Amino acid sequence: MIIAEIKPFEEIKDMLKNYKRILVLGCGTCMAICLSGGKKQVELLALALRTARRTEGGEVTIGEKTIGRQCEPKFVDQIKDEASQYEVILSMGCGAGVQELAERLNSIPVLPAMNTLFIGAASEEGNFLEMCRACGDCILWRTGGICPVARCAKSLIYGPCGGSQNGRCEVSKDTPCVWQQIYARLTKLNQIHLLMGISQPKAWHIHPQRLAREDLKLNKETKGG
Amino acid sequence: MGFREALQSGKFLITAEIGPPKGTAIDELLEDAELIKGKVDAINVTDLQSSVMRLGSVAVCHLLKDKGIDPILQMTCRDRNRLALQSDLLSAWVLGIRNVLSLTGDHPALGDHPQAMPVFDLDSVSLLNVIRKLNEGVDMAGSQLKGATDFFPGAVVNPGADTEAAFEMQIIKMEKKIEAGARFFQTQGIYDLNLFEKFIKRVEGFKTPILGGIILLKSAGMARFMNKNVAGVFVPDPLIKEMEDTKDKVKTSISIAARLIKGMKDLCQGVHIMAIGWEKKIPMVLEDAGL
Repeated sequence: MIIAEIKPFEEIKDMLKNYKRILVLGCGTCMAICLSGGKKQVELLALALRTARRTEGGEVTIGEKTIGRQCEPKFVDQIKDEASQYEVILSMGCGAGVQELAERLNSIPVLPAMNTLFIGAASEEGNFLEMCRACGDCILWRTGGICPVARCAKSLIYGPCGGSQNGRCEVSKDTPCVWQQIYARLTKLNQIHLLMGISQPKAWHIHPQRLAREDLKLNKETKGG
Repeated sequence: MGFREALQSGKFLITAEIGPPKGTAIDELLEDAELIKGKVDAINVTDLQSSVMRLGSVAVCHLLKDKGIDPILQMTCRDRNRLALQSDLLSAWVLGIRNVLSLTGDHPALGDHPQAMPVFDLDSVSLLNVIRKLNEGVDMAGSQLKGATDFFPGAVVNPGADTEAAFEMQIIKMEKKIEAGARFFQTQGIYDLNLFEKFIKRVEGFKTPILGGIILLKSAGMARFMNKNVAGVFVPDPLIKEMEDTKDKVKTSISIAARLIKGMKDLCQGVHIMAIGWEKKIPMVLEDAGL
């Protein structure tokens, strides 16, 4: 999933200082699952904003809503009418969610409440780990299912640098050297041979990336009859 | 005789390392270089060592070349993408630089501009591949060069990698570096000759010359600091005690380095001396080691 964290409260307050009708909009997929911008966090943020505005003596109307996915047009379209009653939308979605909202609700400003961090998973309760850089050229088949592009500080694909100490990354003692994890996994899988030889350096993709799926387009045309 | 010829002659090789200053004051660096000229086969010039912004390696290598010293250009992948790396290699070649040491490089987070974007478009292995291509007259994209290079490429290895996985991965990567064209290796600083001998036995079959790393110890404190903070460096307790008990730190440091060099003479093809500010003491180390 996409992992994000809420921006510092002062920054959010500052973004909203000129608005009196605000819709705090949560996202029910990644943001809800990483416990950063789902229904519960919408309630808490709205409450904090109301309290802050009241303390400062200002008027404000703050609405709360959470939709299934901010990055999906059909969910965004469902709230178009409700959104039009507000001056501004404060999105608790990821960067893609904010942009999809801004595109489809294009007469209302959409502001980000979150800093989107990475694609990852929870490594343990309360700890999230980056696992995928969406590099578009997956090599997990030869690294024991552990990604050095996302999990090595230098994204090295031919093996580790010489900087690890006691199995820890030179950049942070809290981070295991991913190449040692890969070595251990491949040893266990009896696949150390996959580490030998030199492959091509990565071909970095041009941003923004696009994906055109002819099968989906055809499908729609057929259904549309 | 240049470094490449010295290596091919089979003599015991001596290289030293100097680090460009932060700024444009190069008098002291050139003075140090002049002092060790003729006593070493080549001088490595570091590339923004420890990720600290400094004067560049290509410029300093060129200045050494002008003084009749054969430089080894250290090139890291930290700050340049494949376009800049290849272009800088061509620049180095036309400035008379003939030896290149390929390194991945420290992460910028360890240096004095920790917010810099880490590049690492290539790494030490793929950079060696690129050097080989430039030597063949083509660039990484396969386009013909108008004038090829003929670099003598080298690489580094860390024999003191501290876990089994780290050590085995060093060996695997060393093989890749040889496959990619490395013609010599310089190692991280060595203080334990028994461990070094085990490493040498392990890689004997690779048939690629190795220059054992010597870091001059300046104090017991420095030894303890390196043990804690420098990957692959381990100074054994008796050496730390020797530095602690001595009344003349310089003399003891020189004597330790000379002993290590003597020990390496039967193990590998040369030594690489990292004096870290004590460059002026290198001639005394060599003299003490009987070189």
